[in-house]
Amino acid sequence: MALSCVLEPALSGFNFENSTRNIVLENGSEEGKIKAPKPMKTGTTIAGVVYKDGVVLGADTRATSDEVVADKMCAKIHYIAPNIYCCGAGTAADTEKTTEMLSSNLTIFSMNSGRNPRVVMAVNILQDMLFRYRGMIGAHLILGGVDCTGSHLYTVGPYGSMDKVPYLAMGSGNLPAMGILEDRFKANMDLEEAKSLVSDAIHAGIMSDLGSGNNIDLCVITKEGVDYIRPHKESPFNYKRQAKYKYKPGTTPVLTKTVTQVELELLDETVQMMETAGSS
Amino acid sequence: MNRHSFDSRVKGVSLGTTILAVKFAGGVIIGSDSRASMGGSYVSSKVINKLVQVHDRIFCCMSGSLADAQAITRAAKFQLAFHSIQMDEPPLVMAAASIMQELCYQHKEELSAGFITAGWDRKKGPQVYSVSMGGMLVSQPFTIGGSGSTYIYGYADAKYKPGMTREECQTFAVNALALAMGRDNVSGGVAHLAIISEKGEDMKEDADRALSQSRCVMGNSKAKE
Repeated sequence: MALSCVLEPALSGFNFENSTRNIVLENGSEEGKIKAPKPMKTGTTIAGVVYKDGVVLGADTRATSDEVVADKMCAKIHYIAPNIYCCGAGTAADTEKTTEMLSSNLTIFSMNSGRNPRVVMAVNILQDMLFRYRGMIGAHLILGGVDCTGSHLYTVGPYGSMDKVPYLAMGSGNLPAMGILEDRFKANMDLEEAKSLVSDAIHAGIMSDLGSGNNIDLCVITKEGVDYIRPHKESPFNYKRQAKYKYKPGTTPVLTKTVTQVELELLDETVQMMETAGSS
Repeated sequence: MNRHSFDSRVKGVSLGTTILAVKFAGGVIIGSDSRASMGGSYVSSKVINKLVQVHDRIFCCMSGSLADAQAITRAAKFQLAFHSIQMDEPPLVMAAASIMQELCYQHKEELSAGFITAGWDRKKGPQVYSVSMGGMLVSQPFTIGGSGSTYIYGYADAKYKPGMTREECQTFAVNALALAMGRDNVSGGVAHLAIISEKGEDMKEDADRALSQSRCVMGNSKAKE
């Protein structure tokens, strides 16, 4: 409560200003007055697992805009704090900006208080913000990190709900990924087991979901530090260009060449002295 | 990429649930199931915690939209802690229930969450309050709530007797939860119980009543424990 410069001051109770705004926008767009733009969704598989020494987060790298792959190497594991990372599914812009804002807030907090941020603080800030916007921010997030109280994995939904879990998958590919996690998750796994479990879960999502694909990124967070492995596994279906599309100079034959001199007439000339104000 | 069709009333994760609270001489028992669903057909969590401790001897259990319920309990926890510091003594259970009621009633258009608040205080001893979705506040010796409660009204009315001992209340609570979980598709998982008395929250029991495991309480058997 003493650090008021971190966020806008928390008013007690609820502030539903955005609800009326949302209703007006929704009704307006139905009558054709306001056309809401179609946002780019990540159509994703993201997963996280708590293991013996920390947390492993994983994500695919495909960003889709309807049927077209908009980005083949999109980074879905976002930096929040040196000890906290966040995977985002849903609308790409919303996850990007939400996690950036969260990261800025936590950095300011660390500087002001001299303490490392805790994962639960990040979750609280996210929950407050997403609840305030009543689900209009389409960010489905998996937060993982290690702080002085231990290793934690949380999920935050777009309406502001949160849950603390030992393993989790989200995004459009979450059903196949959850199948793998439910089958092979054990408490207190070691690092290699955890990495291969998350990697296989993302792989299942990639294989069974059209919105997920390309490479697999992993992020391992422990008390000692973070290992951001990008990419952990590359897609074996990378398309290699068959030919070069650069043309050497001289490829196009020159048929004729005409040189026309442009006559310039000097009409007016003025000189302005520059004030070089130096101490002489 | 919406694979799940959303429930028309509750958007996002919903706590279709069974919650209850029973008063006995010396304390209260508050209990809930542990299932969170999305769209009526997908279980998004099998072990979610619906019992929230809003103060040392006051618990709330949530039903309705998970996001709304969590936001309300967090606001209530803050206001209650502030009130308790101002008064320099532990808050009354009635105070906690009133705070929840204010929030539910003032914002009834935007929110959809119902609660059962139960606890112990020095003035009136053990109490159980039911705060419904529209903001109605009622004090009762025992109460059941959530979508699964409709299946156990008969059982609760038949089995409850005033002046039960703590063990009898515990059995009553666990059996009621098990029967409701057996019939309601959006209630399930394990039964979480919290027993609150003067000595504080005694034990938080996760009575393992997951219906697919060995200690199975079938819905059609009247549990004889």
